[in-house]
Amino acid sequence: MRWLPVFKKELRLFFGSAVAYVVFTFFLLISGWFFSQIFLFYSDASMRSFMQPQFGQNLNVTENVMRPLFTNMGVVLLFFMPMLTMRLFAEEKKSGTMELLLTYPVRDGEILAGKFLAAAALYVLLLALTLLYPGLVAYFTRVEWGPILTGYLGLVLMGGTFLAVGLLVSSLTENQIVAGFGTFGVLLLFWVIGWGAEFAGGTLRTVLQYLSVTEHIDGFSRGLIDTKDLVYYGSAIALALFLSLRSLESKRWRG
Amino acid sequence: MIQVDQLTKHYGPVTAIQDVSFNVEKGQIVGFLGPNGAGKSTTMKILSCFMPASGGTARIAGFDVFSQSLEVRRRIGYLPENAPLYTDLPVAGYLDFVAEIKGVSRGARKGRVADVMERCFITDMQRRLIGKLSKGYRQRVGLAQALLGDPEVLILDEPTIGLDPRQIAEIRALIRSLAGQHTVILSTHILPEVSMVCDGVIIINRGRIVAQGTESELVEQMFPTARVELRVAGATGDVAAALRAVPGVLAVEPRESRDGTAFFLVESAREHDVRGDLVKLVTSRGWTLQDLHQVGMSLEEVFIRVVVGEDVQDPAAEEAS
Repeated sequence: MRWLPVFKKELRLFFGSAVAYVVFTFFLLISGWFFSQIFLFYSDASMRSFMQPQFGQNLNVTENVMRPLFTNMGVVLLFFMPMLTMRLFAEEKKSGTMELLLTYPVRDGEILAGKFLAAAALYVLLLALTLLYPGLVAYFTRVEWGPILTGYLGLVLMGGTFLAVGLLVSSLTENQIVAGFGTFGVLLLFWVIGWGAEFAGGTLRTVLQYLSVTEHIDGFSRGLIDTKDLVYYGSAIALALFLSLRSLESKRWRG
Repeated sequence: MIQVDQLTKHYGPVTAIQDVSFNVEKGQIVGFLGPNGAGKSTTMKILSCFMPASGGTARIAGFDVFSQSLEVRRRIGYLPENAPLYTDLPVAGYLDFVAEIKGVSRGARKGRVADVMERCFITDMQRRLIGKLSKGYRQRVGLAQALLGDPEVLILDEPTIGLDPRQIAEIRALIRSLAGQHTVILSTHILPEVSMVCDGVIIINRGRIVAQGTESELVEQMFPTARVELRVAGATGDVAAALRAVPGVLAVEPRESRDGTAFFLVESAREHDVRGDLVKLVTSRGWTLQDLHQVGMSLEEVFIRVVVGEDVQDPAAEEAS
């Protein structure tokens, strides 16, 4: 596989332009703000439970700090991930560099892999920077690292799905704004689709629940690795990448 | 090295090229000549495996551009029209990426990149962002990336566009130096470029090949006679008849003259130079010879005759376009 040159080029472009810095700055700023609010609320609650022990039964760092933090970071990712992926194919098509890229001796799958892995690497780096928050918690109190790590695994899988969908939408257009909004629209739809489950019954309820992106992240943040959730994210990533590959290959025979 | 057979491409209802066939021998430089929109870029996009043809075949080094695309792409260097590049990368970083993707080994990469930068005169720009470069420099970076990996075949779509006259001369010399080792097909609409750089010419108009061969072949084909322009002052009597009487002269055609001098186009057989006899005639009659020179031997005349001539002969097509 000769995906490495494309991978390195994409990372150079992320850091060569302002994209990586803007996304990093605002993601860390916003998730840091969430963390500080949640943590302050938690310390306030534990102070009160110290005075009135009957309230303190359910207080636990994993449940009351990390789990809401993961949920909030998920929402921020919903907005931020389309901006990481929107340029990946759309910009190359608009500026004409796609013409050169497709005439180099690489397979379409290698181009796709390089681009996906570059965006994924950037995302994993971003998540790694947020390890500061559980680190801070660990400084003050004892934390269970198990559920935190599964929570991060969940975020990696969910983010990976967002990236794969973003890549697919970007491969379908040469307009970056269309790619960005299109991705955001698709992701938002799968985010809220589970809300309909409350009023639906029978099979529809199960289907809506299963399709929901949020439904599958919850287990991870509680320390649970469920095959059902792994299959959900794994197959979503595989499907989106497969369709991107087809969209890329169609250029060769469709013209 | 390049074999194109009955290549046809439609964009929806529009036919970009129709039944284009030609061969390019190994080590040759061939110029693809035609007015804007004639189908030069379309042909090159198909040859570079970027776009499939609607019909016909094209083979490079024996490999089909459609079914054996990867093999073809290992052997070509391509410079698309307007040299699209990543504007957020520095020149050297970009060329390093291209070298890597073309499979130049890690150890050789630095040397090869330095080498092509040297050959394309961009070494002093290597740290600049491509987006900050002028058109001429970008064009040369585009050429440099095509040369990386030492491809057997180079497909260059308007390689000298946007360059200043000195740069054009440098790049032409560079392309000329590729002859023998590399097979080059380049498109241009600058006629003298073809004469200076190319071994062979393919003239394309409205998606069809209208003439091909070496420059001298085309000139002989189109203009079987040698032509001389002659201007005399103080002429009396029937000058045309006198000229026609000179041995070897086949035809004499009067040209428009604004200052009252006599101005003629004299045609003769190619192997029979009549200039000496013309001078003798003029001096013996006591006329003043103001000007005498050969004309109509250039590719430009050929181009005008086949392209413009065809357009005039084909008024229906003119209206349709």
